[in-house]
Amino acid sequence: MAEFLQLLFAGLTIGAVYALVALGFTLIFQASEVINFAQGEFVMLGGMVTVFAYKAGVPLPLAALFAVALAVVVGVALQRLAIEPAKGASVVAIIIVTIGASILIRGIAQIVFDKQFHALPAFSGDEPIRLLGAAILPQSLWVLFGAAVIVLGLRLFMERTLFGAAVRATAANRLAAELVGIDTRRVLAFAFAVSAAIGAIGGILVTPITLTSYAVGTLLALKGFAAAMLGGIGSPVGAVLGGLLLGLLESFAAGWISSTYKDAVAFIVILLVLFVLPQGLFGRRAIERV
Amino acid sequence: MSLLSAHGISIAFGGLRALEDVSFSVDAGEVLAIIGPNGAGKTTLFNIVSGLYRAQSGRVMLAGRDVTGLPPHRLAALGLARTFQNLQIFFRMSVLENVMVGRHLKERRQLVAELLGLPSVLRENSATREAARDLLAFVGLAERAHEPAQSLPYGALKRLEIARALACEPKVLMLDEPAAGCNPVETEEIDRLIVAIARKGVAVVLVEHDMKLVMRISDRVLVLDQGRVLAQGRPQEVRADPRVIAAYLGRHGLASAHAA
Amino acid sequence: MTGPRSKLILLSSLLAVLVVVPLLFPSAFHLRVAALVWINAIAALGLALVMGLAGQVSLGHAGFMGIGAYATALGPRHFGLDPLLSMALGVIGAAVLALLVGRPILRLKGHYLAVATLGLGILVHLVLVSEVAITGGPDGIQVPRLVVAGWRVVGPEVWYWITGVCLILATWIALNLEDSSTGRALRALHDSEIAASVVGVDVARHKLLVFVLAAVYAAIAGGLLALLNRFVTPDVASFLRSIELVTMVVIGGMGSMMGAIVGAALLTVLPQALTFFHEYEHAVLGLLIILFMVFLRQGIVPGLLSLFARWRSA
Repeated sequence: MAEFLQLLFAGLTIGAVYALVALGFTLIFQASEVINFAQGEFVMLGGMVTVFAYKAGVPLPLAALFAVALAVVVGVALQRLAIEPAKGASVVAIIIVTIGASILIRGIAQIVFDKQFHALPAFSGDEPIRLLGAAILPQSLWVLFGAAVIVLGLRLFMERTLFGAAVRATAANRLAAELVGIDTRRVLAFAFAVSAAIGAIGGILVTPITLTSYAVGTLLALKGFAAAMLGGIGSPVGAVLGGLLLGLLESFAAGWISSTYKDAVAFIVILLVLFVLPQGLFGRRAIERV
Repeated sequence: MSLLSAHGISIAFGGLRALEDVSFSVDAGEVLAIIGPNGAGKTTLFNIVSGLYRAQSGRVMLAGRDVTGLPPHRLAALGLARTFQNLQIFFRMSVLENVMVGRHLKERRQLVAELLGLPSVLRENSATREAARDLLAFVGLAERAHEPAQSLPYGALKRLEIARALACEPKVLMLDEPAAGCNPVETEEIDRLIVAIARKGVAVVLVEHDMKLVMRISDRVLVLDQGRVLAQGRPQEVRADPRVIAAYLGRHGLASAHAA
Repeated sequence: MTGPRSKLILLSSLLAVLVVVPLLFPSAFHLRVAALVWINAIAALGLALVMGLAGQVSLGHAGFMGIGAYATALGPRHFGLDPLLSMALGVIGAAVLALLVGRPILRLKGHYLAVATLGLGILVHLVLVSEVAITGGPDGIQVPRLVVAGWRVVGPEVWYWITGVCLILATWIALNLEDSSTGRALRALHDSEIAASVVGVDVARHKLLVFVLAAVYAAIAGGLLALLNRFVTPDVASFLRSIELVTMVVIGGMGSMMGAIVGAALLTVLPQALTFFHEYEHAVLGLLIILFMVFLRQGIVPGLLSLFARWRSA
């Protein structure tokens, strides 16, 4: 029981981060049909920038804020300097562009920072909370709580604000949105900005637990995508549930089977989803118009 | 027995019924025109019959065989070819190569021979090239064979698609708005082409908005409105049908129908 | 696109380069670098078939290189097999893996293939790093010397010619494919899968075919690399190597077989010439990909060709 709870909490914690990455994927995909492979780099930036700002003497909250702001700038720059000029290119070409961006961001991070692993101090100490024999890190609660706030906040924003409506309209039909006067360029930039912020916050929250380095982004992007696929690409609720589910699968696979191959879980999930339910758990089948 | 027939086709997209209980049939050498206002479900019907969408109910028969739900490449092998309303040209290839791809099913392919560039492959290539040249001549594009496809004007691309579809040597040819966006001269060329194709014994199904063209060349007309069959019959009968006039011609092309 | 004549021109110019390089740069170091170029070019050619010809993407192609390389190393060590036989088994293994993984994925759209191949590459790398008892782990493993019929295959010059001839064969096969019914079908589905399928092209089958063929190219390149270096590390299968291969294809010019070779030459020689390259490898690759995909989408070789055509007609 204790072991089960332990694995459950570990899985939910890391799953919350995957959920945030998947949510970022979904947001950008909805607004622009772009699969942004650089999504994991926002998580990396969140963690790394906070670590280095904090080490330079900046108080932690300020360092975190700075990291989020920087990720947002990078996200918007990515949209403006690489995605926007490549407009009209094929899906595959855009994928290659975002891969290029991902490698570029991590390359710059490697130069500006270093190749080491780094940690942040836990926000409210390292004293584990005992629950039915399992030890739960307070930071896990921070991650879960933070992810929940983001998910709910984004949902409220999309449903209650005019700009949220504009994003949803652009997602539904970009041309029609433009015709009714929505500035879809701004909407796209906004989608990248919010995705970057979500990713960065996830990175900051989880760094005290999992550590971070310049190279963590690729695997996170892969896992976030696996989570989004599991939930059905394009569905925000699916992204969150897919993320949590993937985290749990990974955690239990690591605990009960082999910790060496826990990174393989995401990949196996991708293949299984493709084999068994290509629409994901919550997605709808898209029909191509000809 | 008809060459191609559809029976009770229905499909809905997210609760919106796009087609409801639509049936039609067409014989060899016959031209069937499917008309109807925008959103009547004409292209959707095309996409179901040619295997791009799967109908929620109904059956499609091709040359006496139930082909419901078969993928497009299997249907092509059984003798069904089609063109597209918004062109689907291989823009990276030359005009000739576009038609050569249409010969895919007529080519013998042996991967190892292809990788080694054996003489049999070269012979196959030149046979394909010849056949494609003939088809380009048939649609009047012989002189432009070696130009990149993207350099052709719109009307010529429409004919290129027809040539590519014909390269499959189909029993049934489905043309989705073959004359859309064409000027009167180009329309007349396409008009002539369709008649010539039907004379060769090919069953032609077309979706078209140009009423003059429809009235001139089709043997039978199927009228769709809001996903249902409104009327079916000879062009003159359909034109005189009061329901058709009310639902479609009255709004849309009464003047042009009378002019024809 | 490539008639018999242009095929001949391409192959004979490649042969000319092959002959001229040892005359200009006879040192062992230079010949070794050149052999590396030919090896990378073989892998890049395979990827160019997937990306340029068929318009698909593989982000884990180094994984197949790794399989070829490690099969060549492990066969002799664990089973006493001949290195060449081991390499052949590795190539078959890579093909089978590509077939198994490609089957479900290739029915779907581009981004699934991108993600799945990315995952596959990472997984292969993970296995090579983790299975220390078999693969030697991150430190790598020795590859026995190749002996064919009593002849010990050694020396940079010998390997220069072996890899060079392999590249010519690989190019010849790629060009043959381009100019065949299957090649036309692949180019067609690149532009419109729907139109290709309605003229009878089995789109999924063709994508799978080219993906498997590319895996074979990569595995052969990996095997040659192992034999040349007589040592392999998991680095051969790393994500960065996969991206490097993609970059080779992209900067040379997608859809141009010559482009893939030029791209491979640039990305293999540059790090040798510029010592700082290694430090900035990620950033440089990323920047190159974005620049070429966004602003010079044609790539170097097709770009130069169209410049040349304009100059001639002017």
